[in-house]
Amino acid sequence: MAHYEIIAPVTDAQVRGWRIRDTVTLNGTLYGIRDGTQIHMFDRGRKTRFDLRGHAVIHTAPNVRKVAKSAQHPAGYVPLCVGTTTSARMERFTRPLMQQCGVRIIIGKGGLGEGSAAAFKDLGGVYLAIVGGAAALETTWVEAIEDVDLDDLNPESLWKLRVKGFGPLLVAMDSHGGSLYTEVNQAARGRRAAALASLGVKTAN
Amino acid sequence: MTKDKPVKVDLKQVEEACKELYIRALKVLPPDIKQGFARLDAAETDPLAKKVLGTMIRNISVAEETDNLTCQDTGVPIYNVTIGRNVEVDGVDLEAAITRGCARATGEHPLRSSVVHPITRVNDHTSCGIRIPAIHFAFSDRPEELTIQMIPKGSGSENNSWLKMAVPADGVDAIKTFVIDCVLEAGGKTCPPTIVGVGIGGSADLCVYLSKIAAIRPLGARCEDPEGAKLEQQLSVAVNQLGVGPQGLGGDSTAFAVHVELAATHITMNPVAVNMQCHAARRASATFTPKGLTYGF
Ligand code: SF4
Repeated sequence: MAHYEIIAPVTDAQVRGWRIRDTVTLNGTLYGIRDGTQIHMFDRGRKTRFDLRGHAVIHTAPNVRKVAKSAQHPAGYVPLCVGTTTSARMERFTRPLMQQCGVRIIIGKGGLGEGSAAAFKDLGGVYLAIVGGAAALETTWVEAIEDVDLDDLNPESLWKLRVKGFGPLLVAMDSHGGSLYTEVNQAARGRRAAALASLGVKTAN
Repeated sequence: MTKDKPVKVDLKQVEEACKELYIRALKVLPPDIKQGFARLDAAETDPLAKKVLGTMIRNISVAEETDNLTCQDTGVPIYNVTIGRNVEVDGVDLEAAITRGCARATGEHPLRSSVVHPITRVNDHTSCGIRIPAIHFAFSDRPEELTIQMIPKGSGSENNSWLKMAVPADGVDAIKTFVIDCVLEAGGKTCPPTIVGVGIGGSADLCVYLSKIAAIRPLGARCEDPEGAKLEQQLSVAVNQLGVGPQGLGGDSTAFAVHVELAATHITMNPVAVNMQCHAARRASATFTPKGLTYGF
């Protein structure tokens, strides 16, 4: 179980070196993206002016306060509370996000499915798990909102965040087909019959 | 005996309190949930799960120290109003005051409005919209008392809600199986450890409502019906044998508890509903009496 301190963008070779149960701490740029953002990008043909190649995105829609633009708040937004949302809803966007935009790291909670696992393998990417619902802590890792695009979708805009010591995050899905979620889920399903038996319910298998 | 003059509810105060409740609920978790975390953490045997729980526990204090929200999801705002005896209030005005308080919390704090029109998906940035905030009314026999409880219901847990209209021939086994399968299906998506709310009986709508009431019930409180209490006890043990663990990454701590709420049902029906509450199990309440306003959970 290795630990990596990184600054994005990262290369194909870099992410392929990471295995499930390793940990990663991110510094520098991180993009915030969500359901609405990706529906508009991949279903409705909206384009972003950001270059996401090799970068990390996080499934989020932050709580922000609008202020005048300044050196400290270049986008005119103060990040009040930045947390992470359930990734599974955005499963079908993993491949286009990687293929069309070059994203290599997806940060989220709850995990992604088989389609994403295949995309990580084919295109060189990973899923890093953050502790969902721990947003107060996560916010302390965000230095500033540097820029924002597609802001008519606010709060589901495409956010460019500057982060410091963002992690440690757990490599929960790697580019070799490994997925902690699949492992845990299979094991849990394996315990289903025993759990039901403890409740006095007989099952066929 | 002549009845005392009814106590009039001050709607300006209600509006202020409803604003305050939304913010309070998002920032400070109730003591029973904090105790629940301590209990799970002490019993957890999986090292990774223990780390995840540790992060969640640390987050609760960071939120309090930095006066921040525990979780970024401001949720679907729900206000549960309980009206005691001898209280006078105009219902329409009361609903309007609650809604204004909710919108003001969103604009003035500010909070992220997580509420959109269900078809156009347009966000008014008020946390309000058609029939939202959800406002539920109940009555109590407490004299001269009005209570408003605020629940910001996070979507990660709310998206994992299910109703099954099982048949009487499948009996209580169908209920037990359904609960286990819902927990497996939810996996890490609900931000476990969760409170698994189970509604049993009633009509379809009542059954789903009961599952929500169960999910937001404080930890430690039991189902009032002895059969329901027995069942929730058994289910609490069983779901934690599955090993889903905090955030679905494995471990003993899948649920703080399973809570069951019951209603009588039809001879041909056997409905069961599941609604989950995530580890950000947020609640805040305000009680109005002639002596003044007090906040709680
Ligand atoms: S499921 Fe709950 S704890 Fe997790 S992100 Fe949503 S509201 Fe927060």
